[in-house]
Amino acid sequence: MDKFSVYAARLVEKGEYFASGHRACQGCAEALAVRLVMKALGRDTIVAMATGCMEIVSSPLPTTAWEVPWIHVAFENASAVITGCESGMKAMMRKGKLPPKKINFVAMGGDGATADIGMGQLSGALERGHDFVYVCYDNEAYMNTGIQRSSATPWGASTTTSPAGKLSKGQRTQKKDLPKIAIAHNIPYVATACPSFPFDLMEKVKKAAAVEGPAYLHILSVCPTGWRIPSEEAIKYGRLAVNTCVFPLYECLYGKYRLTYRPNPILPVREYIEGQGRFRHLTPEDIEAIQERTTAEYEKLVKLSEEV
Amino acid sequence: MAKERRGIEVSLAIAEAVGQADCDVIAAYPITPQTHIVEHLSEMVADGHLDAEFVPVESEHSAMSVCCGAAAVGARTFTSTSSQGLALMAEIFFIASAMRLPVVMALANRSLSAPLSIWNDHTDTMMVRDGGWIHVFVENGQEAYDHVFWAFRVAEDPAVRLPVAINIDGFILTHVIEPIEFEDDELIKRYIPEYKMEKALHPDNPVSMGCFGMPEIYTEAQMAREKALVGSYATCVKAWEEWAVLTGRRYHPVETYRAEDADYCIVTMGSLGETAMVAVDELREQGEKVGVIKIRLWRPFPFEDLYGVVDGKRVLIVLDRAISFGGPGGPVALELRSALYNRPQAPTVVNYVAGLASRDVTVEDFKAIILGGKAKAAAGDTAGFTLYGVRE
Repeated sequence: MDKFSVYAARLVEKGEYFASGHRACQGCAEALAVRLVMKALGRDTIVAMATGCMEIVSSPLPTTAWEVPWIHVAFENASAVITGCESGMKAMMRKGKLPPKKINFVAMGGDGATADIGMGQLSGALERGHDFVYVCYDNEAYMNTGIQRSSATPWGASTTTSPAGKLSKGQRTQKKDLPKIAIAHNIPYVATACPSFPFDLMEKVKKAAAVEGPAYLHILSVCPTGWRIPSEEAIKYGRLAVNTCVFPLYECLYGKYRLTYRPNPILPVREYIEGQGRFRHLTPEDIEAIQERTTAEYEKLVKLSEEV
Repeated sequence: MAKERRGIEVSLAIAEAVGQADCDVIAAYPITPQTHIVEHLSEMVADGHLDAEFVPVESEHSAMSVCCGAAAVGARTFTSTSSQGLALMAEIFFIASAMRLPVVMALANRSLSAPLSIWNDHTDTMMVRDGGWIHVFVENGQEAYDHVFWAFRVAEDPAVRLPVAINIDGFILTHVIEPIEFEDDELIKRYIPEYKMEKALHPDNPVSMGCFGMPEIYTEAQMAREKALVGSYATCVKAWEEWAVLTGRRYHPVETYRAEDADYCIVTMGSLGETAMVAVDELREQGEKVGVIKIRLWRPFPFEDLYGVVDGKRVLIVLDRAISFGGPGGPVALELRSALYNRPQAPTVVNYVAGLASRDVTVEDFKAIILGGKAKAAAGDTAGFTLYGVRE
């Protein structure tokens, strides 16, 4: 993909559907991810968004950053709300109450909205088979409320509710594997992405929108504020997450796994961990433990993608 | 064309009405005693009698969330729940009205846990009294059937655009078979024509819904909600008047029975009103100057209608079916006491709570409550409330 990057950039939609002027922090990779997702989706899209950073920064009354129809109801229910939109449009188009039109129905939420409070609603919506895309912007903690841990926070990360201390190494649990949970619903398409790899991301968004039935996208969204890194380094840390295999880029289309990007060489996890304030307290042994787990998880994924 | 009158379970009649209303989206989760309503709706969809999306969600929270999404794209939307289901969806219940999404709900009233009880009282609906919805109480099967259409008519009126809850006593009403007069589809179409929502979510005309409000705007947003709900009163009444013209069945925000010349009245909401009427007939034979006042429209609260019927009465004996724990009485009595507080020569309010979790309130019980309330008022014993029939 990188070889074609110069040309690929010219193919990207020029229009902006997530307008500038929103109130995200400097260097927010989540805002960038939203912008790229919206470019890939285009204008014929309805977005239901969970409460969280992106909702707050994009919609303070009486302003909005949204150039497409957008709805926010509550924290945990973006997936249920979008299935309501989809069902309503489907019924009205079938009954001739609305002219037919292909519309992308997209729910968006952070990792807290997805992995924790909205897990049941996401599962219900995926199981019912609505034609929609769920996009999880994973910045690995509740950043909107002040960097509290979620079940998607990685082991060892210090947050305001999993602080490192004399008796604590920070987050005590391993990161919940949301894409695998989505795959377990046997839905047509699941993929991981990161805005540091914009073309890979946009291609996956297009695939997710094209399949009939539910699709799930899990986007690692670096949060300089919460990860305690300089705001100009969000893209770098996204690349490091992928190139160290902490966050592999893959997709699962109708049950078939494929790594969409294989880092070469694979960088040591240390390079990703060391500069981040949230991991500052970890010892070389701790980092080694993360390395071992990362390698093992990546090898599993390589195997799965070779089964095709 | 002669009207069809048939014996049918009230829940099924409600479902048939939703079908006749040509609803687009129904989202529901099973909970007793609401189940027969949504079971029948899913049958109607499965058999092709109703062209709608039936969304069998994984919780009531999602039921209301799906309804919000569907209503936001302009679909005619219905749900039904009870008790714990309402408690679980309460978060979204409040948001639906704030976002002016005209969802219609059949609320099969049931007591709240604990202890777990599937039976009927009004503890569930009182929990969401301040949720910004229009609340109407029905007394029998015909009223339940009629009010489905009324609810859509009011909810979708551009001047209103608010969700409506039809309160139907669980089991006592939902599970009984009653003779119900069915209206033909043409009449229904005239009463609730095809609904076109202004500023629905659509890519051709993008709008943002559910934006967040800073303190500079929150107060004004609350004022807008208050105005919308209070302002819906006129449409509520107009929609009843139109229904009366079409069907001959007439409804009012506050209704009375033998109350005109009564010195004192029993005040009820919901299905117990009919039992109260029988009790009043018997007491009238004994020379008691008593009547019944039934509050049909609970929100927006019909103050003027209430004043119109209670002015000149000496005592109001209010039968509540919920307790405000630690407070001065049941919610209906509180409302009346507060509405009448500064009124010259206001009647004395005596409060009984009875019929919790379907504990029977018979004609004899009503007579005991009415005469007991009269005696209490005469003795000046009017503070708080009496939990009728409680074993201590």
